[in-house]
Amino acid sequence: MSYEFDFAFLDEYGPELLRGVWLTLGMTAASVLPGFLLGTLCAVGRLYGPPWVRRVAIVYVEAIRNTPLVIQVFWLFFGLAVLQVRIGAFPAAVLALVINVGAYTAEIMRAGFESIPKGQVEAASCLALTRSQVIWGVQLPQAVERVYPALVSQFVLMMLATSIMSQISAEELTGVAYQIQAFTFRGFEVYLVIAGIYVALAAALRLVLLGCATVAFPRRRRLGTPL
Amino acid sequence: MDATLIADAPAAATDRETMVRFEDVRKAFGTVEVLRGISLEVHRGDVTVLIGRSGSGKSTALRCINGLETINGGRLTVCGRKLHEPGVDLRALRQEVGIVFQSYNLFPHLTAAQNVMLAPRKVKRIGIREARELAREVLAQVGLADKAEAYPEQLSGGQQQRVAIARSLAMHPRLILFDEVTSALDPELTGEVLRVIERLAQGGMTMVLVTHEMGFARSVADQLVFMHQGTVWEAGSGDILRDPQTPELRQFVGNGL
Ligand SMILES: Nc1ncnc2c1ncn2[C@@H]1O[C@H](COP(=O)(O)OP(=O)(O)OP(=O)(O)O)[C@@H](O)[C@H]1O
Ligand SMILES: [Mg+2]
Repeated sequence: MSYEFDFAFLDEYGPELLRGVWLTLGMTAASVLPGFLLGTLCAVGRLYGPPWVRRVAIVYVEAIRNTPLVIQVFWLFFGLAVLQVRIGAFPAAVLALVINVGAYTAEIMRAGFESIPKGQVEAASCLALTRSQVIWGVQLPQAVERVYPALVSQFVLMMLATSIMSQISAEELTGVAYQIQAFTFRGFEVYLVIAGIYVALAAALRLVLLGCATVAFPRRRRLGTPL
Repeated sequence: MDATLIADAPAAATDRETMVRFEDVRKAFGTVEVLRGISLEVHRGDVTVLIGRSGSGKSTALRCINGLETINGGRLTVCGRKLHEPGVDLRALRQEVGIVFQSYNLFPHLTAAQNVMLAPRKVKRIGIREARELAREVLAQVGLADKAEAYPEQLSGGQQQRVAIARSLAMHPRLILFDEVTSALDPELTGEVLRVIERLAQGGMTMVLVTHEMGFARSVADQLVFMHQGTVWEAGSGDILRDPQTPELRQFVGNGL
């Protein structure tokens, strides 16, 4: 069996690939922080909110976690069209990603909050802190620290999941790859390169998020404890 | 002015020295009655020590004082607040009543100084400089001036417990509760924590403490309370340990020493 590898498309389609990379990165970068905030709010709402907030949070989390991302994306994209709301493919993709990753983040953060010993909360409320001061000032920092590795994995997964966004014509990396192989008939080589790029992007994202951790968790930095 | 206020006024005047007053206090968890009619007074500047067998209700009684447990019957007045009436402002109460637990419960993500400063900053809204000064002061008071920047995991159990005491002191409470604060410590570390408590007692701090350290109880107590089956079985000065009036206390002392 002999197969002639041909990576000539790299020269010709280099700029397109780069645009795809930027779009993938852009969607990811735009979704991480809002997704984290949404998830954290949901976790807190589900754990400590009034009954109606708990119910809303549960419905949201379960609806998202039990349907495919691509369906959520279509639903949002075409749903907005029905409502005569015009937004571009990029904002629609980011919105879908935020909603999607928010639900997973909510579950991760809920586990984080629940893993904090009751004595901590009791001690804090015995110091006359209000309920919300305890949640945001005492529980949240510890919860994030405890579940940080799980959060990092979740955001890497989210970045990989952007690969479906060409379905709504947001031509990110995978969408670009599809077009290149359609022109060049070099699908094997194209997707090999694309896979390599995703590996590099995932590594870079992990690195950046771990960098954030050293800023966010001074104790880890000081004591040199790995996450 | 309403009638209850007028009726209460003379009592309040004579109460001035009473920081905590239990009057026939009852507390049940489900169907199990854990406090069965406790009456007890704690006076300003006094050290009240609760002793008794495991399960006799010492912790429950202590936890009622700062509203961690709500009572089911009787009257409980702490720093002039009636905890048996609805609508008690727990946060206001807890600014006056500190508590230290057996398990320290320091915030692990904060340094010793940050642990100490958190509540003064957030509750009393003092400035950062003032808070730093305060942290220095109370950490020095418990002999840990040099550990301000250490995280809890870098401290021994005894040091962590002393930080917890400092954290309580930083709120300038009128009364501090201690629930078996040395039970998790080995004898050497127990000594350093007890010395801090002793010094607070000498400084006139009002305290209620639960302990199994009988020697310490006798030496530090202005009032010693032996609890048994959810009641105050015997109470008096530290001397009641030398001359118990009830067989239960005699047996308890016999086992304990
Ligand atoms: N939250 C709770 N729910 C149900 N039962 C409880 C609760 N807290 C305490 N109890 C019960 O109340 C009784 C008294 O408990 P408490 O903790 O006051 O005893 P204690 O005198 O402090 O004992 P120890 O010396 O072991 O600490 C025990 O039988 C205990 O099982
Ligand atoms: Mg106890």
